[in-house]
Amino acid sequence: MTGFNINIRDKMFPLKVGNNEKKNVIFKNFDLKIPTGELLCIFGPSGCGKTTLLNIVAGLDNKFNGFITYNKKISEEKISYLFQAPRLFPWLTAQENIEFPIKKEKNCKKISNNLLEKIGLKKFANSFPNKLSGGMQRRIALARAFSTNPEVLLLDEPFISLDNKIADQLRKLLISLWKQKKPIIIFVTHDLNEAIQLSDRILFLSNLPAKILLDYKIHIKRPRKINSAAVSSLKRLLSASVRS
Amino acid sequence: METVKKENKFFGLKDLLRNDLIRRLVSIIILTLIWGFISYFLNDKDMLPSPISVAESIAYHSSQELFFHISITLSRVFASFFLAMIIGSAIGIAMGRNKILDDYFDGWLILGLNIPALVTIILCFIWFGLNEVAAILAVTINKIPTVTVILREGTKAVDEKLIDVGKIYKLSKLKIIKEIILPQLYPYLVSAARSGLALIWKIVLVVELLGRSNGVGFKINEFFSMFDIASILAYTIVFVFFIMAIEWFFIKPLETKLTNWR
Repeated sequence: MTGFNINIRDKMFPLKVGNNEKKNVIFKNFDLKIPTGELLCIFGPSGCGKTTLLNIVAGLDNKFNGFITYNKKISEEKISYLFQAPRLFPWLTAQENIEFPIKKEKNCKKISNNLLEKIGLKKFANSFPNKLSGGMQRRIALARAFSTNPEVLLLDEPFISLDNKIADQLRKLLISLWKQKKPIIIFVTHDLNEAIQLSDRILFLSNLPAKILLDYKIHIKRPRKINSAAVSSLKRLLSASVRS
Repeated sequence: METVKKENKFFGLKDLLRNDLIRRLVSIIILTLIWGFISYFLNDKDMLPSPISVAESIAYHSSQELFFHISITLSRVFASFFLAMIIGSAIGIAMGRNKILDDYFDGWLILGLNIPALVTIILCFIWFGLNEVAAILAVTINKIPTVTVILREGTKAVDEKLIDVGKIYKLSKLKIIKEIILPQLYPYLVSAARSGLALIWKIVLVVELLGRSNGVGFKINEFFSMFDIASILAYTIVFVFFIMAIEWFFIKPLETKLTNWR
C-alpha cells in the first residue's frame, strides 16, 4: 500500500507513584496504515496517547519500540506539525514565521506571499505575533505548516480554545489548503463534530493502553455542515457504537 | 491681552518639557546648579570646587594626557568586558541547559559572586605580577559570575516548545542555537552587558589604582596624593560621559533593535 505505516510494539511512560516508579503502558502492538491523500482524524479521551502518537510520528519522541515506515515517496523531511498552541517565534514577523522552514528555498518569498494571501493576512505580513489575535496567530501557524509543501501533516487539536466561528473558519481554511496537494493529514481531536466535519476516516481510541475501538470511513461529501441531517445522524450512530 | 500671552508662554514651557530629551537635559542642569550652590556656600575650593573650576580643569587636562589615560582605561574595560561576556555566557548557557552541571557548579558560582573584587585583584597581582594580563584577568574574573547567573536564568527560561518546531523542520543543532535559542537570550545578554559595563569600569579603576602606571585610576591616585579634587572630578566627569555615551549610542540602540518585537 502506498502511504504510511505506523507500527508501535510498545511505548511506556514512566510514572511516579509515591516513591516508586511505575511504568505506564501507552501503546502495545499498535498498528496503523494510512494511504496517501487521506485525512485521518484520531478521536479519543484526553490522556489516551494521541499527542504521544503524533510526537512519535514526527520524530520528537524516539523512546519506543517499533517502526514507522514511509512509502518511497515520503521522506522524513516532508513532515509538518501544527501544535496545539501556535508556537510562532515572537521575534519574527508573520511573514518571517511562515518562511522559517523554507528560508533556503529560492521561491520562499513567493510561497509566503501566496500563503499570506490565502489566509487573508497580507496586510499583517510585517506584524509581530504578539500584536495579532489568537485566531490570526493560528492562521499563520497553519500557513507555516503548509509552507514546506508537506507530504504528511500532523495536527494536534489545533483549533482548541477558540470560539466556534473562528474555529469553523480555520477548518474551512485547512480543507482548502489540503485540497491543493492532498497530503496525508493526521488530525487529533476530542471534538466529534470536528472529526466528522473534516475527515475521510475516523479512528476511535480507547483509554490506556490505547487500542483502536473503531475505524470508520466517512463518505459524506464536503463541505459538511455540522447541523445537516447526514452529519448529525452519523454522529448519533458513532457515539452509540463507541459507547457499546 | 497680557494674561493670554502669559498663558501661552507658560504653555510653551510645558510643551517643551514634554520632550523627554529636554527633560533629561533640564535634570542635568538642575544637578549642576545644586552642586554650584553647595560649593558657593561651602566656599572651600579645596574641598568642593565649583563647576566652573572643574570645567577649567577639564580644559587644562584635555590639553595634557587626559584622553591618553581615558583611552587606556577604556581599552582595559573593553577587553575584560568582552572576555567576561563570552566566558560568562558560555558557562551560563551550559549550566542552564544541563542540570547536572548546574548542581556541580552552583556552589562555585555563589562563591565567585561573593568574593570581594579587591581580593581577586590583589591575588591576581601577587600571583601573576603587576602586569596587564593580571589586571585584565582580575576584572574578568570579577565579572564572569554575574554574567553567568543572568544567562543561566535566561537559558532556563528558553521555551522548549519552540525548539521542537526547529526539530520538526530538521534544523541542525547549530541552527537551533542560532535561530531559536539565541533570540530568546537577547534580552538577557543586553541586561548582562548593561550591568557589566557599569560594574567593570569601576573595578578597572581600582585595578589601575593598585597596580598600573597609567589609566584613569592611576591618575586619580596621583591627584589623591596631591589633594587635587578639581582634577579628580574632571577625570571622573569626562570618563563617566564616555561610559554614558556607550550606553546611549551603543547598548540602547542595540536593545531596541533586538527586542523591538516585545
